[in-house]
Amino acid sequence: MTTTKRHEEAGLTDQQVLDMYYYMLLARKIDERQWLLNRAGKVPFVISCQGQEAAQVGAAFALQKGHDYLCPYYRDLGLVLVFGQTARDCMLSAFAKPEDPNSGGRQMPGHFGGRKWNILTGSSPVTTQVPHAVGIALAGKMQKKDFVVYTSFGEGSSNQGDFHEGANFAGVHKLPVIFFCENNKYAISVPLKKQLACESVADRAIGYGFKGVRVDGNDPIEVYRVVKEARERGLRGEGPTLIEAVMYRLVPHSSDDDDRTYRTREEVEEAKKKDPILLFAQYLKECGVMDEAQEQAIAERVQQEVDEATEYAENAPYAAPESALLHVYGE
Amino acid sequence: MAVISFIDAVTMAMREEMRRDPNVFVLGEDVGVRGGVFRATAGLIEEFGEERVIDTPLAESAIVGVAIGAAAYGMRPIAEIQFADFIMPAVNQIVSEAAKMRYRSNNDWHCPLTIRAPFGGGVHGALYHSQSVEAMFNSTPGLKIVAPSTPYDAKGLLKAAIRDNDPVLFFEHKRCYRLIKGEVPEDDYVLPIGKADVKREGTDITVISYGLTLHFALQAAEKLAQEGISAHILDLRTLYPLDKEAIVEAASKTGKVLIIHEDNKEGGIGGEVAAIIAEHCLFDLDAPIKRLAGPDIPAMPYSPPLEKFFMLNPDKVYEAMRELAYF
Repeated sequence: MTTTKRHEEAGLTDQQVLDMYYYMLLARKIDERQWLLNRAGKVPFVISCQGQEAAQVGAAFALQKGHDYLCPYYRDLGLVLVFGQTARDCMLSAFAKPEDPNSGGRQMPGHFGGRKWNILTGSSPVTTQVPHAVGIALAGKMQKKDFVVYTSFGEGSSNQGDFHEGANFAGVHKLPVIFFCENNKYAISVPLKKQLACESVADRAIGYGFKGVRVDGNDPIEVYRVVKEARERGLRGEGPTLIEAVMYRLVPHSSDDDDRTYRTREEVEEAKKKDPILLFAQYLKECGVMDEAQEQAIAERVQQEVDEATEYAENAPYAAPESALLHVYGE
Repeated sequence: MAVISFIDAVTMAMREEMRRDPNVFVLGEDVGVRGGVFRATAGLIEEFGEERVIDTPLAESAIVGVAIGAAAYGMRPIAEIQFADFIMPAVNQIVSEAAKMRYRSNNDWHCPLTIRAPFGGGVHGALYHSQSVEAMFNSTPGLKIVAPSTPYDAKGLLKAAIRDNDPVLFFEHKRCYRLIKGEVPEDDYVLPIGKADVKREGTDITVISYGLTLHFALQAAEKLAQEGISAHILDLRTLYPLDKEAIVEAASKTGKVLIIHEDNKEGGIGGEVAAIIAEHCLFDLDAPIKRLAGPDIPAMPYSPPLEKFFMLNPDKVYEAMRELAYF
């Protein structure tokens, strides 16, 4: 087979794309396990990354881990894994145990954060993280640092005032912020056509005086390429970029949602044919980067990590109830 | 010691902190070249440049949200909300974000942010340039709320707010800005957030207040002293968390308590102060706890007689204090 090695054209090595595949699969399998645990009554809540792993991992590979800052949103499991979180960290969060590095079990899963990874703590009201990203970038500019700040959000969130206020501020001050919209077509139950009158979320960048780019969110190599360009623009002092990665949310909004009430099974089955993990595995095999044995080995490694993480987190002790009183203010 | 106005004390505090710590910076609407619509940031852009005195786009949620990001990174931003009335678009950022950042991250992140906002009426500001909004925030653990009444307190508490490692809402009564003058040391000092202050010692009645109405109480106390009535006056200074110990001590001292604020009565800070007294020293009281506050109407009207009707003044305060003394 003679498929072009598109990843080489984008500047990625064979090992890097294999690593990307590993992270995508790890995110998917952690997510799937959390659904099982939820349905078994062991964890109260799951919010998924399924269908968005390619965009998240592709973007993360274009950033500089431990140097750039992240203000992610609740679906960004793939992103935070690349930046250093482990399956164990994620499972500790799912089981709400105090060793959870995101919040010590105080927040629902998906509310990522961790100073050691440059991931700012996030909340549930959507899009509040966007002005925070702009503020970190402003601080970096004041201190003459050379990092970029990456913030992500859904297409529904691109309607929030905080998106527009943050984008405008970053545009005026030409700050190195990457606004990354994961357009998965649904804001819980409300489809894109009821969310936006403009053709594309990326078009919204025009109003703020910077570049908007639309990219296939099922293709991690393309996402890597556009995020890398956006990062370089930011570092050159050319300001922010808005990237819209188009994908499909393969599962309900959360473990408390039932998507059969607002979309057909046919539509979901059609989207599953373009599942980014299947497509990327196919690409890696067609261009000779991954063979059956390697695919099997990655799957086994992921399976083992998820199993171990689940067992550890389930058996970890809960925090002392009175610890709820701690950390309201600094000492 | 120099006698300066309230607003000059605010400016002095910011200037000193910006000289002391390069991480301190100011952002808000018209704070740069104009020096603020009240002139609180006058002279700062000339000294510190536009990188540290930032005229922002007109968008309050971004002013606070951007400041939160910078604060989490390690800066010490002072965000100005031009009028407290205009803080509403930023409430989500203040309550859901700044106030909860430390708690929700299990102490991994924190937010050393100061938000300054002029509040209160009596300046022909009508509905949307006169409000007292402090009660909307005073059940938000994680946030501190400060409202000084004198230039000395304003300087010492603003410096404390800027150095605090948690978010502080700093309310400045705009009528106090040029009306209230006082001695302010030119050297560096900070006052503790969370501590009330006895502004006048007395034995017959206790008045608990903050902001502009504290001065009305001081004036009324002078007049009452000539009639042989001795008023004890406590300035709350910090509205959240309240200084419970000082409130109980002041209430117990005379057994007669009048709580005064310009904000409307129902749901105001006074209700919480009264509850603290009722919980801790009810049997020390010789009279029902009284509250004198703005009427429960949406906001202050523009028309002068209507505005005057809303506002408290030394005469209204004198009457209420006298009535309580004779209970």
